[in-house]
Amino acid sequence: MRRGWFLPIAAALGFSFLYAPIISLVIFSFNESKLVTVWSGFSTKWYGELFSDPQLLGAAWLSLQIAALSASIALVLGTLAAVALVRFRRFKGRTLFSGMVSAPLVMPDVITGLALLLLFVAMESTLGWPRGRGMLTIVIAHATFCTAYVCVVVQSRLSDFDRSLEEAAMDLGASPLRTFFDITLPIIAPALVSGWLLGFTLSLDDLVIASFVSGPGSSTLPMVIFSKVKLGVSPDVNALATIIIGIVALGVLAATILQLRSRPKKARA
Amino acid sequence: MTTAHEPTIPPPRRLRPWNAVERRLARVGITGRMLVLVAPVLWLLVFFLVPLLVVFGISLATKQFGRPPYSALLSTEEGTVQLTLHLSNYIRLFTDNLYVAAYLSSIRIAAIATIITLIIGYPMAYAIARSSDRWRNILLMLVILPFFTSFLLRVYALTGFMRGNGVINQFLALFGIEPLVMMQTDFAVYVGIVYTYLPFMILPLYTTLVKLDVSLFEASADLGARPARTFLSVTLPLSMPGIIAGSMLVFIPAIGEFVIPSLLGGPGTLMIGRVLWDEFFTNTNWPRAAAVAMAMLVVVVVPIMLLQRAQSAVVEK
Repeated sequence: MRRGWFLPIAAALGFSFLYAPIISLVIFSFNESKLVTVWSGFSTKWYGELFSDPQLLGAAWLSLQIAALSASIALVLGTLAAVALVRFRRFKGRTLFSGMVSAPLVMPDVITGLALLLLFVAMESTLGWPRGRGMLTIVIAHATFCTAYVCVVVQSRLSDFDRSLEEAAMDLGASPLRTFFDITLPIIAPALVSGWLLGFTLSLDDLVIASFVSGPGSSTLPMVIFSKVKLGVSPDVNALATIIIGIVALGVLAATILQLRSRPKKARA
Repeated sequence: MTTAHEPTIPPPRRLRPWNAVERRLARVGITGRMLVLVAPVLWLLVFFLVPLLVVFGISLATKQFGRPPYSALLSTEEGTVQLTLHLSNYIRLFTDNLYVAAYLSSIRIAAIATIITLIIGYPMAYAIARSSDRWRNILLMLVILPFFTSFLLRVYALTGFMRGNGVINQFLALFGIEPLVMMQTDFAVYVGIVYTYLPFMILPLYTTLVKLDVSLFEASADLGARPARTFLSVTLPLSMPGIIAGSMLVFIPAIGEFVIPSLLGGPGTLMIGRVLWDEFFTNTNWPRAAAVAMAMLVVVVVPIMLLQRAQSAVVEK
């Protein structure tokens, strides 16, 4: 069934298409010249510039806080939703529930952003909460779409694990809750880690939804980057991108190794 | 692992108090199921379903100066509650050429980009599915890695690549080829969508392709089919759920895309996500933006349903 040279070449071309722009961006972040596309010598000055830009640092700190908070909320909600979808075969409103869980995955960002903003405004004028918009509203918005991603990741892990372990625990007299915390949770832990990481990076990355639901004075990192990029290519954005890509690459690498390590064990159990 | 050694059961005294907690909850009629469901159901109702209803409501209001910048649907006048609904936003959507053109061009751009993504992604997914175990994990990680890397920064990386004096044109200049104008064209938007959504296409394709039974190909070859014939009449039909799921995962978000057309496209690149954005942020016409969103929702509902069916087929097989 090998099609000789065609598949490898197609795959190689595809992967270079995926990586060439990122690699060139990383290379040019070390460029001395302000012209990002003409190489004029190695320099790390753009990194220095980055760390002396208070607006950028403030936005980065805000984004990290939002990402950690919303990933954590989404972790809890997404795991609960996944447990419900995998373990409760039938319950009232299951179709609506599974639709609500997975729809945010594909919902265009502009719709989600606008819808949440209009909700927050309507809530503020009728209930008096949330007061204005800022970090809180961004966290709520991000937690909502991250829940969908966490749920997908945890769902796939829950549906391919050995139920007999849980049954054994229950037979030995453990309550469902105790079984969940002592048996289920340790087994799905790698999925929880990658679900949280996924939520964290998606939140860190979101421009459109945050632009709708943020208020004055709460610009996230993508919002600051977007306004810089709109003005043209700038080398300090290259430097920032390199740092973010580096951190993410390390994180994904670590998560992948974790998951691969836990897999052979599962096969034996 | 867990099965290897004796299960260690701590004496009941040291049991975590879960059993007692559960018994007490059961006495007041609260079951474990309800506890699991209550938080995600409430959250999604309040922050996903209700907002969509609010959008629908506000799409029936009109723009107004003040806070909030739209007219109230319900008003009390002389003791009677009045409900005022305006259809003007929707009428405008169908009569103003800008909106119709933006919808059509969004669908066209998203569809063409989806087909290109499929053509590039299919051989990649196939190659990964047919590679050895060790390579497969590495290649899969290489597909997933960009997915974790900032979307905004990847679009930005493309601008550096396609600019007038960008990497591609510098490369072409080595061969004495005139620089190409790529930025601020529809072409750049296609490249942007294909580039950023390629992993979404490859992953479901890979999931269906890797599960295909190799003996089917052997049988087909034994019966005298050429590789191309085997591909068209065995592989392609069997991978249909993956093709549909992958295509919808690209097509649906591409329709409402804002970042790609605004960074890579030109002023003539009309996409509905951008129109909604401008309506909201530039014109501050919230009711009109809400109507645009509702109409966009109608456009994506059928693809979303297709996706749900295809996804369950991808998972079940």
